[in-house]
Amino acid sequence: MRIKNHPILSFDGRETIPFYFNDKLYYGVEGDTIASALVANNVKALTSSLHLERPRGFYCAIGNCASCNMVVDGEPNVRTCITPLKKDMRVYRQKGRGRLHAKE
Amino acid sequence: MQKSEVVVVGAGPAGLTAAHELLKAGAEVTLIDRNASLGGQLIKQTHKFFGSEKQYAAHRGIDILERLTENLIPYERFHLLSETTVVGFYHDKVLTCLKDDRYFKLQADSVIFATGASEHSIPFENNDLPGVYAAGAVQTLMNEYGIKPGQRVLMVGSGNIGLIVSYQLMQAGVDVAAVLEASERIGGYLVHASKLRRLGVEIRTNMSIKSAIGEAHVEAAEAWRLDEDWQGIEGSEERYDVDTICIAVGLSPLTELLEQAGAEVEYISELGGNVPVLKDYETTIEGVYACGDLANIEEASSAMVEGRIAGIRAAQALDYTVENAEMRLKALDDELVDLRSGPPGDNVRRGLKKMEGLT
Repeated sequence: MRIKNHPILSFDGRETIPFYFNDKLYYGVEGDTIASALVANNVKALTSSLHLERPRGFYCAIGNCASCNMVVDGEPNVRTCITPLKKDMRVYRQKGRGRLHAKE
Repeated sequence: MQKSEVVVVGAGPAGLTAAHELLKAGAEVTLIDRNASLGGQLIKQTHKFFGSEKQYAAHRGIDILERLTENLIPYERFHLLSETTVVGFYHDKVLTCLKDDRYFKLQADSVIFATGASEHSIPFENNDLPGVYAAGAVQTLMNEYGIKPGQRVLMVGSGNIGLIVSYQLMQAGVDVAAVLEASERIGGYLVHASKLRRLGVEIRTNMSIKSAIGEAHVEAAEAWRLDEDWQGIEGSEERYDVDTICIAVGLSPLTELLEQAGAEVEYISELGGNVPVLKDYETTIEGVYACGDLANIEEASSAMVEGRIAGIRAAQALDYTVENAEMRLKALDDELVDLRSGPPGDNVRRGLKKMEGLT
């Protein structure tokens, strides 16, 4: 859900960036973080809680709360709300603590 | 080990002005921020500031940020480390940092912390469901990235952040169902509250959130009335059909790095909770300073003034000559007194009195 009309700000003319979330193709735009691009695509659950595996979504936007930790290009616990989106990134919803060199 | 005479941690309003004062005095400054873009929370502040011309009143945060950043560029002794997270700080003024998956150490003679604050949450059923956001995070989503958090929002908290973000949600085309306020009085400036009321948004006092409803994400919210002891009243529940709940119930200073090095921290609720013990912006570790929301939760206007004072003090301690120092410090102090005058400044003034008692 991108803002179309705004009385003060303009978000026009930003280049499209393709990326993958859970192996499906999505598009973000220049200036997005991974998490902002996912929210824009209406993806709500980004990670899950450690014990009860409850869904967790975007919360603080400053890299502080761990509620958006995801697996990005094989690396777990990436703070996706402060990590700039790059072309062809492979992003996965994280389960639990995550493992180094994880395939998913 | 890499060295920098001064390291400023955090490139928000306080960090940017502190760095500027130090550079003006002739010091070498490395400014570190974990984000790609500078400005901290200024980057999303599309509303016009209050105060006097000196604090850029009538300008929007997003424009002020540009000016503050431009101030630093011409200095040869200015180094910028963005997308860099300071992960450790030791009493001998060694910082450990993480950039591009590389870990390195940095030795400083003087360190200014302007790390800001993080938003509180409050306990209620399902408060961890996706769709429950910190209000400031929603402001970032909208104003920095141009993204709506949802279609319809329930705002919890009527301090300035709750009021301003509600208004900005409406500007972005998102419906605000209501603003809930647990106390009997609206927390923020009335000028922000009346802008919202003119748009038909109800601000409901003595009300709070009882639960978020939904399985995978927020599908509705339940609010209820509070009694004099701030306990929910059974039977007073009201349902709001919203897909987003925003939490705007205050901020906590980010003191972790200072605490790692053993700087003293005290709980002063009026200043935002655990805050570093400061005398003239210097912590209990000599040559280590704190300013902005880290020192006490306030507005960006006062953070900019505090940054300047901390910068001047740090420059003087390093034996740099600051032109007209006494006059400037006096003028900056007066600006803070101005910004903290009147009922909205009651809390901070009380808190700072307590702080004075400690040092």
